[in-house]
Amino acid sequence: MALTEGEARTWAGTPPDEGVGGPDLSAYLTETGPGGRRLDLLVSGAHCAACIARIEGELAGTPGVASARLNLSTGRLAVGLEPEGDPGQVVRALDRIGYPATPYDPDSARQAQDREGRELAMALAVAGFGAGNAMIFSVPVWAGLFGQELGPATRTFMQWASAGVGAPCAVFAGMVFFRSAWKALRAGRANMDVPISIGVILTLVVSFQETLLMGRDTYFDAAVTLLFLLLIGRWMDHALRRRARSAAADLLALQAPSAVLLAEDGTERMSPLRLVRPGDRLRVRPGERVPVDGVVETGESEIDNALLTGETTPQPVHPGVTCRAGALNLTGLLTLRAEAACEDSTLARIARLVESGAQSRSTYVQLADKAAAIYVPVVHTAAALTCVIAWMLGIPVREAVLRAATVLIVTCPCALGLAVPAVQVAAASRLFRRGVLVKSGAGLERLAEADHVAFDKTGVLTEGRPRLLNADPADIARAAPLARASSHPLARALAEAAGEGPAATGAIEIAGQGIEARATTGLMRLGRAAFVGAPLSGNQTELWFRDADGALFRFAFADALRPEAVGLAAALAGRGLSASILSGDVEAATLRVAGRMGIPDWRAGLTPQGKVEALDDLKAAGRRVLMVGDGLNDVAALSHAHVSMAPGTALDASQSAADLVYPADHPERIAEAIDTARAARRRAMENFAFAALYNLVAGPAAMLGFVNPFVAALAMSGSSLVVTLNALRLLNGGGR
Amino acid sequence: MSIIVILAPFSLALALLGLAAFWWTLRNDQYEDPQGDASRILIEDPEDRPL
Repeated sequence: MALTEGEARTWAGTPPDEGVGGPDLSAYLTETGPGGRRLDLLVSGAHCAACIARIEGELAGTPGVASARLNLSTGRLAVGLEPEGDPGQVVRALDRIGYPATPYDPDSARQAQDREGRELAMALAVAGFGAGNAMIFSVPVWAGLFGQELGPATRTFMQWASAGVGAPCAVFAGMVFFRSAWKALRAGRANMDVPISIGVILTLVVSFQETLLMGRDTYFDAAVTLLFLLLIGRWMDHALRRRARSAAADLLALQAPSAVLLAEDGTERMSPLRLVRPGDRLRVRPGERVPVDGVVETGESEIDNALLTGETTPQPVHPGVTCRAGALNLTGLLTLRAEAACEDSTLARIARLVESGAQSRSTYVQLADKAAAIYVPVVHTAAALTCVIAWMLGIPVREAVLRAATVLIVTCPCALGLAVPAVQVAAASRLFRRGVLVKSGAGLERLAEADHVAFDKTGVLTEGRPRLLNADPADIARAAPLARASSHPLARALAEAAGEGPAATGAIEIAGQGIEARATTGLMRLGRAAFVGAPLSGNQTELWFRDADGALFRFAFADALRPEAVGLAAALAGRGLSASILSGDVEAATLRVAGRMGIPDWRAGLTPQGKVEALDDLKAAGRRVLMVGDGLNDVAALSHAHVSMAPGTALDASQSAADLVYPADHPERIAEAIDTARAARRRAMENFAFAALYNLVAGPAAMLGFVNPFVAALAMSGSSLVVTLNALRLLNGGGR
Repeated sequence: MSIIVILAPFSLALALLGLAAFWWTLRNDQYEDPQGDASRILIEDPEDRPL
């Protein structure tokens, strides 16, 4: 679904003839102290230093603004307001200088603070500090292992120093893992953090004991280095999820999940969607979406249900007609009486389908967890066996426990912990440069497994907006001036076909009917058949024009296929994926697209439930389906499919249900994303193979007591480095 | 060897200083807007005249 200009600019700028200063924004303010309030806005179009200066300078000169600070990385603008400050004025000032702004829901603004990321960054810094500084004292001890001169007293001093630095750091940095392991154990499960925690704690205990007993081998530096390497993986994983989350949150804010409430006295007030109650009166301007299900009270217009049903022909509405949430108001100003709160409107029914889909998907086991399920029992059994057998062979208990700890350290899960996140971050960065947003690593893994693609038609394969079919250029030129003066999508499509030129002066748009202008010789009209006085004809999307002499011209429109989509079916077939179309639109329109695409398998007129059933049929046949869709009618299907993608112009609900988001005008990048996902899976498998091979060598060596702290430190960092470098190969498009 | 008694704590203190500095930057929201911070230096302050 392509956003119209009016939609992208959301609601900013009330038509001047209404005589009001725009809707009241007080619901979006956050109290920040006595008299101080903050308004969080998402600003579009700011890219450089000049933009910062312009925006902050303009707001500094706006009365009632105490402070303004633009975050260029996220596009968020925090405005501090004095008690008498008017938030509406801030938005209008921004709109005037060319930076349309949308208010953020205070709740989502608070969520944007990244507490978890800070904790991880601090743990990472402490672990890095500990690893480096504990090693300063370990190096002399290592030198002693190789026959350098080192007395027992100096060695013990070095070991204590190493313990003093390493142990507190390991405990601090390890808290991330200890907490998660404890939570898992209490729930009766075991995750990857359990062996990590056991390994680190056992290592620290054994090392302290060795130091006290003036032993030779201590592993303080190894314990903290292990945590350092693991935290790098954790942090990368977090950064990936955070970037995707904030990009998704921005899109969500841009699509304004808000409603304009109309009070009894006619004043308008912006309100977050969740505060809308049944019976509220809502105002919906042309270019805006209907926020909740409601009945039209006043106004005539046409609404576009494409996102709800996939149908592209606009529906006329008049007082008494019910509009469903998500429909796009095209031509006239509408006042609606809300029939349902947002939780129980059409949206909510779809949301329930989404939830059931998310549950069915949660059974998917990620690669890293599969590996951990094999790794954990094997390594722990090996460590326990080492301890028992060594003891039975007559080795002192202390030495036997030390060997078991060495096994745990050396077969460290570093390579395992880094194997997948490093690959996923590299793959996500490569896709990000191509405009494809990866929302979770698991989504990338599932994408690699897909063997069938189910497309929604409207907005995915087609542009989701009308294009003029064939018409005589002379006719187009005649109607063009009037078309240029209109904001109706069909008229705009006509104007687009006509190219640059003058617009009719003095044109009057009649909501839901058309547009007219007086020429020297008579009245010109462009609009619906009845408005122009033409005979009512077939069901095709059409526009009639009557020129000043009374001659009639007919223009037909259709939703055009995206040119980039034509080769998509062949590109997918080349990768071993079959394709089908699941559309909610009428049969004729679907058949036309299916024919052009060369996809023989298509179904039309499907309800949201019907799409889910179609996917279930495919699943029952053993297929792993990638669903690509943008509309509200696809949301349930998106969450039921094995993996899903949505174009960047899709509804927020679709984007949050999808695993990946791709640029809408580049459907060919779906195939590219599949390539990258498959390459990522190959890299991850290679990493696992390497980690397994490494453990097959290092494990037995540790069991036989050949490993000392120096070898352990080398092996651990070395294996992590190899795994990371292998993952980085993905960045340059390697791995094809 | 007794020099170690001075050098080791000294090197640790330096490293701790770095760690504390990082902690301060983290608490001070210095990683919230890397792009904006890089750009702000290019903004010309109208009152920025040579002395």
